[in-house]
Amino acid sequence: MRRVLRAQTGRPGIRANLSVQPCKGNRMASETSLNAGIDDGVRRRDFINIAAVSFAGVGAATVVLPLVNQMNPSADVLALSSTEIDISAIQSGQAIKTSWRKQPVFVRNLTPAEIAEANKVSLGDLRDPQTLAERTKEGKENWLITLGVCTHLGCVPLGAAEGEPRGDFGGYFCPCHGSHYDTAARIRKGPAPTNLVVPPYEFTSDTVVTIG
Amino acid sequence: MSFPWAKNYEPQQPLMKWLDEKLPLPRLVYNAVGAGYPVPRNLNYFWNFGVLAGAALAIQIITGIVLAMHYAANAGVAFDSVEHIMRDVNAGWFIRYAHMNGASMFFIVVYLHIFRGLFYGSYKAPREMVWLLGVVIFLLMMATAFMGYVLPWGQMSFWGAQVITGFFSAIPVVGEPIRVWLLGGFAPDNAALNRFFSLHYLLPFVIAGVVVLHIWALHIPGSSNPTGIEVKDEQDTVPFHPYYTAKDGFGLGVFLILFVALTFFSPNLLGHADNYIPANPLSTPAHIVPEWYFWPFYAILRAFTFNFLWIDAKLWGVIAMFASIALLFFLPWLDSSPVKSSKYRPLYRIFFWVLVADVFLLGLCGKMPAEQPWVILSQIGAAYYFAHFLIILPIVSRIERPLPMPNSITEAVLAKHADASSASATA
Repeated sequence: MRRVLRAQTGRPGIRANLSVQPCKGNRMASETSLNAGIDDGVRRRDFINIAAVSFAGVGAATVVLPLVNQMNPSADVLALSSTEIDISAIQSGQAIKTSWRKQPVFVRNLTPAEIAEANKVSLGDLRDPQTLAERTKEGKENWLITLGVCTHLGCVPLGAAEGEPRGDFGGYFCPCHGSHYDTAARIRKGPAPTNLVVPPYEFTSDTVVTIG
Repeated sequence: MSFPWAKNYEPQQPLMKWLDEKLPLPRLVYNAVGAGYPVPRNLNYFWNFGVLAGAALAIQIITGIVLAMHYAANAGVAFDSVEHIMRDVNAGWFIRYAHMNGASMFFIVVYLHIFRGLFYGSYKAPREMVWLLGVVIFLLMMATAFMGYVLPWGQMSFWGAQVITGFFSAIPVVGEPIRVWLLGGFAPDNAALNRFFSLHYLLPFVIAGVVVLHIWALHIPGSSNPTGIEVKDEQDTVPFHPYYTAKDGFGLGVFLILFVALTFFSPNLLGHADNYIPANPLSTPAHIVPEWYFWPFYAILRAFTFNFLWIDAKLWGVIAMFASIALLFFLPWLDSSPVKSSKYRPLYRIFFWVLVADVFLLGLCGKMPAEQPWVILSQIGAAYYFAHFLIILPIVSRIERPLPMPNSITEAVLAKHADASSASATA
């Protein structure tokens, strides 16, 4: 009750203050005179104002979350994240193209010559240094499994199918912007920044691979 | 707005008087594109292209709304629904071809509009805001055109979406999550197609809104003119209507003749045959190229084939491509010459035409496959493009000695008229 009374009596005080010192005037002067009448120095209306606007701000920010998150891959898109591949029919020197998460995957059965060529390269010459062993599973060094997505801007490189150009380094060649990959699918020339990505995979048996 | 001698809107009929009191919309039109807007008397046909761009936007919105009535934005049926429009829908082939070629015509007139501004210095004070809003419109147009091109879900649509969203993966650390977020998947698919359709429908209306701001900002100082001299008094201007409504009407007629000639006689001239093959996520077309209006920027993107400093080639390409457009935002402050029109700028005029040639060269490089000699040509072209704006233009504007200028628009017009009449007298 005391507080309400003070808030009411504060008003005429402001006017008085302004009329006495019109040049000094404006908010500073009026607030000082008003606060002088209140013990804790905070106007009730300022508090309500800040609290209400902050609460509305938090609410608005919270609503942005689902609006942004709806753009992320939906549950059915994420559900496609594991694919089984039978590799028994792939002869040495052959490659197949399959699909994982709607992206192309290259599975290549490297020839001994290709493995030797990949191991011959010194790591210092590579833009994205990795050995063939790091890019394959132990004991399965002939199975090179990579995404068929150029790390430049996402075209499908050529070289997986019979008769396609395989670039200057005998691996894959991306026709869009001219990136050349070697027999271990490592970037050697052109604009792509990194090697073709090796997806997470396991050999579930000698002839079946599970990607994802 | 505008000049003190602008004609005042005075409705005569009771109905128009009543309307003017309640909602002065006719007054707004009168003052914007009617007799109430005084315009320099010496505008040439290069001043048609703003109106033509507006007409092209209107054509795109109308044909686009109709197409949306027949199109299905689902990756399973999108391609077929476009073929359905082409084969089954009454006059569907015409509406789709008009929309397809309308996009090209829109870019043609907008490029001419932009180069008009570059030649006559329309971007300079007091019209910087007009220019800045114009660049915003240009960016929105590019986004809209790209998303529209994805909708038929042909091979070029799909791989265009893959490559262009791939730009974002060049951003360090957060790039790949941003790309996945934009696509709603790991590769372009149904989610991406649907959101592109939604945004492709939205953005033209955003463009229309920015166009209103563009015209508003223009009407504060009034239109520029070929001499670059500001309007001094009433004899320098004529009312927009009927003088420029007539001149723009003539230009619009020529524009529409060219537009329908393209649409009827060679509707696929500017497209790619590959886009009549349904999207195949497992096979990239041998030679992917964007639509012609993106070629110069595509060439700049591909010009970086080597890592430079600590940034890799891919990020450089993307930065350079975006920078080539972002640069235009700084143009009013890069060119410090107070003389606007190239007519009186002998040195700048030469470099203007070199820039035009450079943009054509870049366009050709963007069309061609990423092989020599196109790679080295696009590197030279891209380097020159940036040099023009960042080095040549600031230097030229400081050292150039402009030609003597007339005192007013009227003086320039009368001098030209006197030349013409004395020339005809001697002949």
